[in-house]
Formats: sequence, structure tokens, C-alpha cells
Amino acid sequence: MNWLINLGAGTLAKLSAIGNASLMLWGGLFAIPRLKNIPLIIQQIYVVGVQSLLIIIVSGLFIGMVMALQGYTILVNYGAEGSLGPMVALSLLRELGPVVTALLFAGRAGSALTAEIGLMKATEQLSSLEMMAVDPLRRIIAPRFWAGVISMPMLAVIFSAVGILGGHLVGVEWLGVDSGSYWSIMQSTVEWDKDVINGVIKSVVFALVVVWIALYKGYDALPTSEGISKATTETVVLSSLAILGIDFVLTALMFGIN
Amino acid sequence: MSDILVDIDKMHFERGDRVIYDSISMQVKKGGITAVMGPSGIGKTTLLKLIGGQLYPDSGEVMFQGENIHQMSRKRLYDVRRKMSMLFQSGALFTNISVFDNVAFPLREHTGLSEGIIETIVLLKLEAVGLRGAAHLMPSELSGGMARRAALARAIALDPDLILYDEPFAGQDPISMGVLLKLIKELNSALSLTSIVVTHDVKEVLTIADYAYILADKRIIGEGTPEEIRNSSSELVQQFLQGNADGPVPFHFPAPSLEEAFMTGASLSGASKKTSFKKDVAKKEILKGAK
Repeated sequence: MNWLINLGAGTLAKLSAIGNASLMLWGGLFAIPRLKNIPLIIQQIYVVGVQSLLIIIVSGLFIGMVMALQGYTILVNYGAEGSLGPMVALSLLRELGPVVTALLFAGRAGSALTAEIGLMKATEQLSSLEMMAVDPLRRIIAPRFWAGVISMPMLAVIFSAVGILGGHLVGVEWLGVDSGSYWSIMQSTVEWDKDVINGVIKSVVFALVVVWIALYKGYDALPTSEGISKATTETVVLSSLAILGIDFVLTALMFGIN
Repeated sequence: MSDILVDIDKMHFERGDRVIYDSISMQVKKGGITAVMGPSGIGKTTLLKLIGGQLYPDSGEVMFQGENIHQMSRKRLYDVRRKMSMLFQSGALFTNISVFDNVAFPLREHTGLSEGIIETIVLLKLEAVGLRGAAHLMPSELSGGMARRAALARAIALDPDLILYDEPFAGQDPISMGVLLKLIKELNSALSLTSIVVTHDVKEVLTIADYAYILADKRIIGEGTPEEIRNSSSELVQQFLQGNADGPVPFHFPAPSLEEAFMTGASLSGASKKTSFKKDVAKKEILKGAK
């Protein structure tokens, strides 16, 4: 009978965690209208967005360069190296831009958010806010939530743009692909709503999921050093799995059915 | 109007399977300092969180100014919390802003005052705790005692009716402790506050308290004015006051007798010990077999 009791207790605990996380999301979503919170959101955009720029730009550049290198070695066999531009651009805009940005964001900003909120909980700062009649969901969670949701799509667009430039650097400057065909075939192949907008939609969804997981894990962390360490790890692992899983579903919905 | 500010009536609170409070009742008079004393781990901080509405009792009532804290709407609870403050054991200052901004925080959140007026109020509050000169410092640059005083300045920023002190003297050197005692006493009378001080520093707190409760074993084992507490005939109270290791509150955590534990081995308390003990026996058996 013990396994049945454990199964029941485990299910109840998971359901209650999902309920708590949903309540927190509700609090975060509906805490936006206050004008007072806007400077806090801007401050957090600096922390989670601007401070992630370097890792995003460097990663985007290298991924674009590697893709051009790999793509060229295959395409040149068929004399199709002129298609290098659309290959690099479509892979970045549709997939790699949103997905890799989200994975990097989870590692760089998500883990930091979890640790910060977890430590605020451990040092009783969240409790003291409550006792000062300030709702931590409004004051702490909501600005971080919105900052993440605003920052990540921008980072994904920057990632893709830098990647395309990296592809140009390797493909055109080093390997000798014609610059005109790199840009013009890219321009005629890439569609605004199908490729660019869909990529942005993907990164908005990833942002919602990553920031939600990161903030909830911090808010729910056990206020001990092990608890915070576990929560930070869980944020990165869960976010990464969620990003990859959701990416498949979104890709199927956006590009899979014609 | 009643002169009782906080009225706890037959409150029962459990955490998991563990009973923390078994139907306790206490009353806190307006304008006084009420000490709540008890050994570590008895749930004294929990009591403050129950009064502040951060935790909910399983049964019983906690009334603040005649209103039941746990039956209020969230909005009403937040309104009521503006009339109470809590000084956390760690101080709980926000580490990313200066001492000045920490004290200004509740004022900026809850009042529409101009920055000029806020600055004046903050400096006055910091002056009251002797830290006006430290306004520009970051919390990480303060000593433990100074951090607690800065947190106290923040707690009185909105001129509350009630201050809840959570172990204000824990880990303080004798000078800091003296300063804190003086501050609690003086602020209480100067600002017409009501204070609840939760602590295990019995001798110190009895010098400033108007009334005291002693909590042990899930209930209140003694109450009265400091004089009545000191002269109490209860063995429990005397053990607590004199700090005796053994007495009605036992030194040993409940366990089977030593003889029984060593002779049979099976009754060692604690699941992990039992497991490791069994593992050791199994290892010995295997080793015997191998020989």
C-alpha cells in the first residue's frame, strides 16, 4: 500500500506546485498597470537583457560563421553555394535564433533570477516586504517577469542578425560566395510573417516559460544553501527541456502543416 | 475602547504532523512591551508570523484592534499591516540599496510625500537609532548590531501601532544588546508604540518588559509581570529562568533506554541510524561468509 500512498502524495505535491506557480503567474501578469513599476521594469531589462547582450552577440556570430562554413562545404558540391544566404537566414530566424537565445538566456539570466529570488527569500527580504504591506509579487516578481518577456525576443532578433552577418563574413568574405546572391536570394526567400514573425512568436513563448520557471523556482526554493542550489539547477534543466519540447510543437504548428 | 491590541484566543497551529501551538491564548496590551520567551525551536517566530497574517492557524483566532487577522480580505490585511511592523532576526534589509533608501522604502511605497520631506523623515528615524551618519552605507558595510538598528529605523518609518521584534538580541555583543534594549524601551514610550518582543534572552528582556509569557512544550507555561515571573513557584518557569539543563523540560530527546538501545541494537532512534546499523550487520555477515 505504501507505493500507493507515495504516488498519491507525490501527485498532490506536484498539483499544488502547479497551482502555486499559476497563482504566481497570475500575480505577475496582472501587476503591470502600475506606473510606479515601470522604472523597476526598465532596471530589470538592463539586468536580464542588456547584460546578456555580450554572450548573445558572441554566440550568434560564431553560430552564423559555423553554419556558413558547414553549409558551404555541402552546397558547393552541387554548385548551389548561392543558396548559402537563405540557408543561414532561415535556420537562424526560424530555429536557432529563438532556441539558442532561450537556452543561453536560461543559463545566463534564468539561473541568476532564481538565485536572487531564492536568496531574498532566505534572508527574509520577501517576508519583510509582505510585513511592510508591499506585495512581493508586484514589487519583485512582476518587474522581472515583464523584463524577461520584453528582453528575450529582442535578444533573439539580435542573435539572428549577428548570425547572418557572421555567415556573410565566412561565406562571402572568406570563401568567396557572391555578395549579391547572398543578400538577394535571402531577401527573396525569407518571408516576413512566415519566418521573421514566427521566430519572434517562438521567442516570446520561450521567454514566458523560462522566466516563469526561473521566478517560480526561486520563489518556491527551500531557504537553505542546498535549496537554492537545487532550485537554480532545476531552472536551467527544466527550462532547457521545456524550450526544446515547446519548439517542436510550435514548429509543427507553424511550418509542419501546409 | 478596549486596551487590548492583539488578542490570541485558543489558537492551535500544526506544521505537518508536528503540533507547534496547542490551544494557546494571550493578550497584548496597548502601549506596553510584552515579552514572549521560550527555548529555541519552540516556534516563537511562527507566533509573530501568525500575528502578522503570514501564516494561518488551524483553529482559534488572532484579533488585531478587534478584527480577525485571518478572516480579512487580502486588501484589508495589507491595510492593517501598515499599522504593524516587524523587525526580523536578520534585519532583512534590502542588500542592493543603501541604508537611507532602505528606510525611505516604506515611505516611498505608501505615501505620496515629496523627496525633501522623505529625506527629513528618514534622517530623523536614523537619528533615533543613532545611525544618521551611516545613511549612505550599504547594508553589507554594517555590523550585525548596526544592521538591526537600521532595520528598526525602517520598521518605525511609517509610525506603526505595533512592532513585532523577532529575537532582537540574538548574536549581539553586550554593548549592542544594551543599545537595543534602550532603543526598544525608549521608542516604545516616545512613539506610544506597542511592542511584542520574542526572545530567549530572559534576563535582558525582563528588565524592559511590562508583561511576559513563557512558551514551552506547545503551550504557555507561565505568564505575568517580570516580578511575578521571577517569583513563580512553577518548576518549569524556574528551570527556564535559571537555565538548568535538565528538569521538567528534559535534556534528552525522547529515546529508549541506553541498555535497551545497545543490547538489542534495533531500537536506535532515527531511521538513518537504523539503516546504517543494518547495513553494517549485513556487511559483517558477508565478510564472515567470504572467510
